[in-house]
Amino acid sequence: MSTASGVNATAPQSAPSNVPRRRFVNILLGTGLLASAASFLYPILRYLVPPKLPESGGDAVLAARVSEMKPNTAKTFRFGTRPGLLVQTASSEYRAMSATCTHLGCTVQYRPDLREIWCACHNGMYDLNGRNISGPPPRPLEAFEVQVRGDEIFVRRKQEA
Amino acid sequence: MASPVTSVRAWLDERFPLDDLKALAQKKKVPVHRYSYWYFLGGMTLFLFGVQVLTGALLLMYYRPGADEAFESVQFIMTQVQFGWLVRSVHSWSANLLVFMAFAHLFSVLFLRSYRKPRELTWVSGILLLFLMLGFGFSGYLLPWNTLSYFATKVGTEIPAQIPVIGRPVLLFLRGGEDITGSTLTRLYGFHVAILPAVATLLIGLHLALIQWFGMSVPPGVEKQWLARPAEKKEIRFFPNFVLRELMAWYVALGMLGALAALFPWSLGVKADPFASAPAGIKPEWYFLSMFQTLKLIPAKLLGMDGEMLGILAFGVIGAAALLLPFLDREKPFNTRRWISGLACVFLGYMAVMTVYGWVAK
Repeated sequence: MSTASGVNATAPQSAPSNVPRRRFVNILLGTGLLASAASFLYPILRYLVPPKLPESGGDAVLAARVSEMKPNTAKTFRFGTRPGLLVQTASSEYRAMSATCTHLGCTVQYRPDLREIWCACHNGMYDLNGRNISGPPPRPLEAFEVQVRGDEIFVRRKQEA
Repeated sequence: MASPVTSVRAWLDERFPLDDLKALAQKKKVPVHRYSYWYFLGGMTLFLFGVQVLTGALLLMYYRPGADEAFESVQFIMTQVQFGWLVRSVHSWSANLLVFMAFAHLFSVLFLRSYRKPRELTWVSGILLLFLMLGFGFSGYLLPWNTLSYFATKVGTEIPAQIPVIGRPVLLFLRGGEDITGSTLTRLYGFHVAILPAVATLLIGLHLALIQWFGMSVPPGVEKQWLARPAEKKEIRFFPNFVLRELMAWYVALGMLGALAALFPWSLGVKADPFASAPAGIKPEWYFLSMFQTLKLIPAKLLGMDGEMLGILAFGVIGAAALLLPFLDREKPFNTRRWISGLACVFLGYMAVMTVYGWVAK
């Protein structure tokens, strides 16, 4: 600490009996300064951590309308702050899942020719249940619950028991 | 036995002139006399500027300029971001204290006549820095996009528009259009975070280099006394003695700043609505209050001239006189020296009275 060296440089050589006293003062000053530095840096570090944005929890999101979907097609929709993928299978079933690839976070797409879900970034493949079947993805896509109410197709997180 | 610290030092010594800098710092002396305490004001202003740079950079992490986003993002900083209220409050408090310190520094230098030859350019750079700080205050005031700042900016940009010929182009330049809109916000934001800081950094560098070059001034009375009796001359070393004193003052200032920001947090106000009427009792920041009140009091017509025009002309003359003060201080052909302190006192008194008047006036 510059405080200590500065004082030592200007003061005359102190008697050995004074050294513990000086050390005591230095420790006192040093810990005091350290504590203030910590109290100064702590708020800054906490400030730099971005606050959590409220995610759409159990709320259902309107993903699409029945009238705009056809068998063997898919549509991406906004699910909270992230994209979701709604697929109408060839047998006219609706499947919904997160569209964020579990590998490195690209947005996946439906391949009508393969009837599978494909990530263009690193050639990852998922089946229509979102299970990772080939390529680099380490985990399945998060599957969502689909509810059809009249013409509207709602998607929500699966409620865990 | 070479400890890691010594070997790092040795490595650095061969590649960086640390010892030369240290020798320079230790050789540098600072005069000590009964007015020495006034010397802390400049350093304090510099410290508060540092606080502004740091807290300003932090605010930039979350602030978004734009008429639809600015208010909300400041609200977000103050309510959602951890310690965001503290960072913003420190930025506002420090800004106000900085302007106050700059004025205090200016008047202390003026009354101690530290602007004498060869330090004229130090003074000029200081006055330019003060103008810059006022510019920072003015441009930063709009950024939260609340009612108060909206109308303060409206009035503030209207004032230079009164100047003949160049008035309108200046208004358009400041507002980025006819009215105060999102374009004004992004424009003043650009001034506040890029242009003014760049110019301020250069000017502060020049100001400090000049102070380093010529050393600290000694007031004329003390100088005379030291010349007559050299034994009374007292100096301390810049490093570590003066630096430690300075750091102690900064440490106390930091504590006070934290306390002020925590106990009197800056409020955000109501979001600006360009189609709402100006609320009653609208006022600018305190450092513009004396000018604001003067313009309010001047009659519409004075001496056959537009009253507003006359006021602005007077501010211009005062600003120019402040800038050129060292060159106005002379003994021949007229002895203006004894007038300067007196006029400065009158001016200071006027500013104080008008500020208080503006504060209490409805």
